[in-house]
Amino acid sequence: MSSPLGPARPRYRATGRGRPVALLAPVLLVAVLLGAWEAYVDAGSTSAFVLPAPHSVAVALWENAGLLAANLQPTAVEVGLGILLALGLGFLLAVAIHMSPGLRRGVYPLAIGSQAVPIAVIAPLLVFWWGFGVFPKLFVIVLICFFPVLVTTVDGLAAVDPDQLKLLRTLEASRWQAFRFAELPAALPAAISGARIALTVGVIGAYIAESQTATVGTYAGLGHEINADLTALQTPRAYAAAVVLFAFAIACFYALALAERRLAPWAVGPRREAR
Amino acid sequence: MPTQLQPLAQPAPRQGTRRTAVGLKNVSRSYGGPGVPAVQALAGVSLRADSDELLAVVGPSGCGKSTLLELICGLQAPDEGSIACAPAALMPQHDLLLPWLNAIDNAGLALRIAGLSRSEARRRAAPLFAELGLEGFQRADPRELSGGMRQRVAFLRTLLSGKPVLCLDEPFGALDAITRAEMQEWLALALAREPRTVVLVTHDVEEACVLADRIAVLSRRPGRVIEELGVELPRPRARTDLELIALRELALTALARGSAGEPA
Repeated sequence: MSSPLGPARPRYRATGRGRPVALLAPVLLVAVLLGAWEAYVDAGSTSAFVLPAPHSVAVALWENAGLLAANLQPTAVEVGLGILLALGLGFLLAVAIHMSPGLRRGVYPLAIGSQAVPIAVIAPLLVFWWGFGVFPKLFVIVLICFFPVLVTTVDGLAAVDPDQLKLLRTLEASRWQAFRFAELPAALPAAISGARIALTVGVIGAYIAESQTATVGTYAGLGHEINADLTALQTPRAYAAAVVLFAFAIACFYALALAERRLAPWAVGPRREAR
Repeated sequence: MPTQLQPLAQPAPRQGTRRTAVGLKNVSRSYGGPGVPAVQALAGVSLRADSDELLAVVGPSGCGKSTLLELICGLQAPDEGSIACAPAALMPQHDLLLPWLNAIDNAGLALRIAGLSRSEARRRAAPLFAELGLEGFQRADPRELSGGMRQRVAFLRTLLSGKPVLCLDEPFGALDAITRAEMQEWLALALAREPRTVVLVTHDVEEACVLADRIAVLSRRPGRVIEELGVELPRPRARTDLELIALRELALTALARGSAGEPA
């Protein structure tokens, strides 16, 4: 990337890879926030049961690393599977809605309404159907996560250049081929944006799912762990578990950003040269 | 690699048995709907292009030239009149290369749509791709290509549709003068190698004179044919050729009459 003459133009892209400067800003920001937090607690403003100091969270993180890792595993599985299902459902529904105005009128309002359903209302039914395993959690995560994918994909499919469709028509493309060669790739960047939103709300979705539907087993997930710790006044450990969720969400988000470069490179970097 | 075309040793026979490839009789077309005042784009247009002939259609902007091409390609139906036409492929005004396909896959799009696999479409597109001065750009992203190169790929895509008639809608309108001149030369050579019936819509009278076998001058909207000029000049043609300049003046005069809205 770097030439002996130095960069030809300022680099605004915050890819951050291999550039320590790009990492400096978030590190500084986190340091400042942690410092303020520590000072706030040291000032004796609250009880340690309400807000533990960052250093005691760090200690809890260190001492409970094994426990937290064991609890991350079921949560990560729920989020991973849930997101995959939500992507599939959101995407298929979007395509169906795009292809059929009737479905659009029928399904879209229901999909919007589904976002207002409090999970606590349906949680007993989910447990009645599927018991204490992973399925009720998956249902909750899918319910929360399919919606951003649906909305962004519907908009992306509708935003295809009509001239591209006309061109395909002159080349005698079928409806399916118009979808395959124009609409689908045109909608992909929007769908991936929806997936990123879905991923981040998916992590909190896993917490809600674990809170609302009981689990049998020693390690029931980070959400379950957080609730148990809060009840037992093990606040530093609850915070430590929350830190793990925090880091997990960020890691997932950037993993998807990397996938986007592979899936839809035309939507990412400005590679425009001679034009 | 050849970025310039070599003319064929034996030029394709341009005389001989000729069939009408494109025929329009008294074609009219209006747009409008309930509550919208109708706009008549074309009024009683009759045109003819023989097979492997290049018909240039020149006219002031907004004279229904694009409508004419869409009618020939069957994307629209005329309100009145009849169209008898061999299957035609459209090269739209903007290249409309798909940004998610590389150059050779864009060129071979019609082959993919015809059901060939990607590798088979590439294999079929490759020889022409190289011959038409695109060697080395097979895997290039459309956005990495210059305007002229994009038009080459778009033309190749039209050519590879396999249709006997090509409808080119201001193909070089967005290019700078030097690139446009290069591309006109390129198109003449490409057609010498791959003869097709071409309907070329342009607002550039000189372009029409350099490339066409026949020139139809349209009036301003509603478009009517106000002049048809046969071009018998030998090829390759130089812009500075006196006969070509005379022809250009003739066409420009007709165009000026048409723009002034003189009744036919």
